[in-house]
Amino acid sequence: MGTELNPAAVNPAVVKPPSMAQGFNAMLRRDLVVAFRQRSDLVNPLFFFIMVIALFPLGIGPEPSTLQKIAPGVIWIAALLSTLLSVDSLFRQDFDDGSLELALLSPQPLFVLVLGKIIAHWLVTALPLILVSPVLGVMLYMDADTIQATLCSLLLGTPVLSMISAIGAALTVGLRKGGVLVAIIALPLYVPVLIFGTGAVEAASMSMAFGGQLAILGAFLILALAFAPFAIAAGLRISLNG
Amino acid sequence: MFATIKRLYHQFGSPRYFYDMTGKMLPWLIAGAVLLIIPGIVWGLAFAPPDYLQGNSYRIMYIHVPAASLAMGAYVMMAVAGVVVLVWRMKMAEMVARSIAPIGASFAFLCLITGAIWGKPTWGTWWVWDARLTSMLILLFLYIGVMALNMAIENAQSAARATAVLSIVGAVNIPIIKYSVEWWNTLHQPASISMTSSSMATEMLIPLLLCIFGFYFLFAVLLIMATRCEILQREQRSNWVRQLVENN
Repeated sequence: MGTELNPAAVNPAVVKPPSMAQGFNAMLRRDLVVAFRQRSDLVNPLFFFIMVIALFPLGIGPEPSTLQKIAPGVIWIAALLSTLLSVDSLFRQDFDDGSLELALLSPQPLFVLVLGKIIAHWLVTALPLILVSPVLGVMLYMDADTIQATLCSLLLGTPVLSMISAIGAALTVGLRKGGVLVAIIALPLYVPVLIFGTGAVEAASMSMAFGGQLAILGAFLILALAFAPFAIAAGLRISLNG
Repeated sequence: MFATIKRLYHQFGSPRYFYDMTGKMLPWLIAGAVLLIIPGIVWGLAFAPPDYLQGNSYRIMYIHVPAASLAMGAYVMMAVAGVVVLVWRMKMAEMVARSIAPIGASFAFLCLITGAIWGKPTWGTWWVWDARLTSMLILLFLYIGVMALNMAIENAQSAARATAVLSIVGAVNIPIIKYSVEWWNTLHQPASISMTSSSMATEMLIPLLLCIFGFYFLFAVLLIMATRCEILQREQRSNWVRQLVENN
């Protein structure tokens, strides 16, 4: 009685869809593989970051005291712009080839998959940039403490930037003219991260404690991790259904 | 009480009812705006005593303060309308939310311009990277983002829903932005002149209150007029709009 209606009797695989963790891992691994198959896309944000920072001494002048003063802001704004530039490709390809729709239809909640995508995106676009930032810090005459603060603040802050820009990317993925629109949407929301990120570096350059700023950046990160995926998932649903 | 609110909510959710009712309310609201703003402005600009410190330049606050209050209030209203759009899929809320953004942006702009004009004689510069000024500027940027997104999406319903998500995200961020900008400012420079340090005289306060309430009426008038246009545009295929157009 009723056994023929039980999907388990027909196909045992139906009963147990992949768990949330499996979905997350699959998405993370897939995006990493896709990214490493297109190496040029991988290094472009990094080169952009280096070039923007190299342009500042050329534009402002090579005096060490000036460069030291503007270094925190320069590194942070370059990181912010490079995040913004790379985020347009976050959902675009998946939208074009239809895999975003498959993600929407999958049994796992969309925000879990979205979180996997963003972490993969952060790993391939933001992490190299953070790793190269000490070298650029030396070129801008930062001392060891300041470089350490830069590293820590970028590590905590750039994931927040990725999350925020992903909201903008999700809302505009259906439009042909994404680029500038994402910037206009996301830039005002970057303000708190920028303030506390540069605040930490500036405090370190004046040999003051910068743990407080890092703690607040950490709080932003937790807040963004908890809520942004829901906003991104909602944005993707709207973009795909509309 | 609750039943009344619920009934009103459903009635005003219908574009036709909203259009008819606001048409009847509009003359009263316009009268309220005129009767409050004109005496408030005239009193504030001509008859209120000059400030012992700032002289006559403080009088711009009779426009500046109401504009600032509305710029912030309008964003909250837009976010609330956004929640209604996303949760109850209410068509009217979509149109109201769409109409709020340009009005709120205009008030934020007005607030910044009047602030700059006041700052020139008082602080000696048009612009100071003061915490309040900066957060108002960022509020204007948030409005611009919302408007840009709304205009970029062609389908009215998905535009409304995307904008709703963005305005809710923005509303969550506004306290964080405000707090961080204040923190940033205190790090960079000591606090500037504060208006609230001296308590305000009654003969200055009353015209200010008149102006604030008057501006709220003005906001209601502008919002209702913009929303009515939006209704006519979105409902142009419905019978009642066709009849309305034919009869006029």
